[in-house]
Amino acid sequence: RYYEYMFGRSRRRRWGRRPLGAPALPELSELQVVIEAADPGCDSYPHLGSSEAYHLTVTESVAILKAYEVWGALRGLETFSQLVHEDDYGSFLVNESEINDFPRFAHRGILLDSSRHYLPLKTILTNLDAMAFNKFNVFHWHIVDDQSFPYQSIYFPELSDKGAYSCNLIYTPADVRLVIEYARLRGIRVIPEFDTPGHTQSWGKGQKGLLTPCYSGKQQTGSFGPVNPIWNTTYDFMTKFFKEISSVFPDAYIHLGGDEVDFSCWKSNPEVKEFMKKQGFGIDYAKLESYYIQKILDIVSSYNKGQVVWQEVFDHKAQLKPDTVVQVWKANYYAHELSSVTGAGFSAVLAAPWYLDYISYGQDWKKYYSVEPLNFPGSEEQKKLLIGGEACLWGEFVDATNLTPRLWPRASAVGERLWSSRNVTDLEDAYKRLTSHRCRML
Amino acid sequence: AGNEPSWGIPCTQLLIYISTPGCDGFPSLDSKESYKLIVSKGSMLLSAETIWGALRGLETFSQLVGRDENGTYYINETEIVDFPRFPHRGLLLDTSRHYLPLRAILETLDVMAYNKFNVFHWHIVDDPSFPYESSTFPELSRKGAFNAMTHVYTASDVRAVIEYARLRGIRVIPEFDTPGHTLSWGPGAPGLLTPCYVAQQPSGTYGPINPILNSTYQFVTSLFQEVSTVFPDFFIHLGGDEVDFTCWRSNPKIRAFMQEMGFGEDYKKLESFYIQRLLGIVSSLGKGYIVWQEVFDNEVEVKPDTIIHVWKENIMQYKQEMANVTRAGYHALLSAPWYLNRISYGQDWIEAYKVEPLDFRGSPEQKALVIGGEACMWGEFVDVTNLTPRLW
Repeated sequence: RYYEYMFGRSRRRRWGRRPLGAPALPELSELQVVIEAADPGCDSYPHLGSSEAYHLTVTESVAILKAYEVWGALRGLETFSQLVHEDDYGSFLVNESEINDFPRFAHRGILLDSSRHYLPLKTILTNLDAMAFNKFNVFHWHIVDDQSFPYQSIYFPELSDKGAYSCNLIYTPADVRLVIEYARLRGIRVIPEFDTPGHTQSWGKGQKGLLTPCYSGKQQTGSFGPVNPIWNTTYDFMTKFFKEISSVFPDAYIHLGGDEVDFSCWKSNPEVKEFMKKQGFGIDYAKLESYYIQKILDIVSSYNKGQVVWQEVFDHKAQLKPDTVVQVWKANYYAHELSSVTGAGFSAVLAAPWYLDYISYGQDWKKYYSVEPLNFPGSEEQKKLLIGGEACLWGEFVDATNLTPRLWPRASAVGERLWSSRNVTDLEDAYKRLTSHRCRML
Repeated sequence: AGNEPSWGIPCTQLLIYISTPGCDGFPSLDSKESYKLIVSKGSMLLSAETIWGALRGLETFSQLVGRDENGTYYINETEIVDFPRFPHRGLLLDTSRHYLPLRAILETLDVMAYNKFNVFHWHIVDDPSFPYESSTFPELSRKGAFNAMTHVYTASDVRAVIEYARLRGIRVIPEFDTPGHTLSWGPGAPGLLTPCYVAQQPSGTYGPINPILNSTYQFVTSLFQEVSTVFPDFFIHLGGDEVDFTCWRSNPKIRAFMQEMGFGEDYKKLESFYIQRLLGIVSSLGKGYIVWQEVFDNEVEVKPDTIIHVWKENIMQYKQEMANVTRAGYHALLSAPWYLNRISYGQDWIEAYKVEPLDFRGSPEQKALVIGGEACMWGEFVDVTNLTPRLW
């Protein structure tokens, strides 16, 4: 595909001759790609610890791209393709170069939301291409939520049968496999998010008895709240469900959500209130939330998967596993939150300043570019725990008709911030490169 | 299937009756767009005075047709008598900040028709680029377009737009904005723009059109002669906004002119001087004109049938402006609350929808002078990759 990126798009293939008397330029005939590790990783999946470093030398007649693992070779290939340019006569040129490159942060992600609006496969795949052009390496797939459940589950087909917007607005197992493989070939991890116990309205359509029935006084109102944390059937369901998820999605991590749990329904439910008393939680529903989350963390751990959670799970003091990753998303005082999370010894991923769904007029890429993730009070060790960040495109106002121009090239600013060195901050220089990069992506 | 509704007799024909069609003409500000649509058992009738009304009715009819789960097309019994509140319902596209390929313009015209817009305000040239291929002054686009081969509108492109629009009942009003917003005119028309001075020397940069040279008015006459022929609509938009006086002020010849004319230090008078001559030229070509509000604000003497385009956005300001413009007896066009290029998060359509164009202090006679409005999609951050989802 890189051959096509570099040479295939030549719109005006005028095989013009260079002007007479122009010096003959040396020709580059080959790019040799050398992957040094005994197991280059071509048949495996990228992971947090993958090596993405590469060394690229472009000199007369042969260019050499060296990387430890195939993931680094992919990054180097992307860079090489960006170095190749066309002159006015249709010749392809590349400058003599020597590049030694590696990412600053290991987790560089994009979040897409396919629940608020269904996203057709084509949109997701196009987005994976765009991510590769910007060296992003994590696709955080916020696949289900309140509004719809498009994920076709093998064990629980009713979830999408009843919960998707319609029978054709779903992701079949084949679709999911396609996304995972397409991503893998680009060195991109796919981390699915099955957000519970809140954000689960659509789950209740296909799984009766999963969500908490809300009450008004002694009467059920007919509406439902978060996942019911007090019934055994909930955990039986989750055990089976996450067994499937763990086998369908090969990444070492699953995102479990845990954000914005509205306690009012739990508070209204007499059984839940009874349970709170028995457990000695008093009226602190955060404790009930933590009780629930901890059991889910255990379930998912038992499948040998690591977990990512939104910051509330940490804020409400659930007991996390040592390798649980906390995603910081609330915009207020996020630097302070990063200090707390890393101070408690957990890895953190930063999303708060990069909610790209919040569009505004003008060159807002600049404010995304200017974020310095390590600008928070903390020790060296703490700062090492910030493993990266994610640009989020929540789907309330986004679907296939506007996703690509809304997300790109604004997300490119985040991509550079997460890959490049801390001192690459000049906005004017970034502007020049961003404008050509945008045209290249088109 | 079991419980199918029993559909009535299928209707196979929509009969369209037009009293005075005018199919070969162009739509105008006075075109009648009213129509009547009657759908009853066994017959569907669309009647209108003109073809333009029939087009609007056809659009409505197409929106009434539904399809059930079995694929059957159906339509409810309906009786509609419809006509527009405002006769000028426009959309502005800016093809200077970013070139828009023909297909983007034509697609926009389609969507305009779906929404019963009837004026395409083509802000075709501006500071950054001059994509309009002029037959009189080919150098303008040759030197002023982003790319003279690929980023221009040829005469046939322009004709294609005008005809595509006409078939949808949409008027094309071109805007050749002067004397400001003309930097791209300079390379192809040496001597047209004012050379700016620093200390006593020309700085190498240029400002608005030079209002003191006869050559300027010769140029303007020839250009607008061509524009008047190419664009069939009665109206041309002449711009006249955001004229920066700094360059004029710095130029000694202009300062001398100001003294001669007794304008003192009031450069608005110089702007007026230019605009008045421009309006005279365009009038003599048999065209009407629309100008941005500054022309009115700066007290330029304009003809009584001038249309003033209100665009400055501060809430109190634009309502006050509408009152002032109409009180002075001029027709007004409202865009100020409808700058759709100024995107923001969420359902910002609601703010645009809530605007009540006649919500300003004035007599009924004043309010009658409001001929409509325009949604504007300025091009600083817009090109073919994001125009459609941003605008609609």
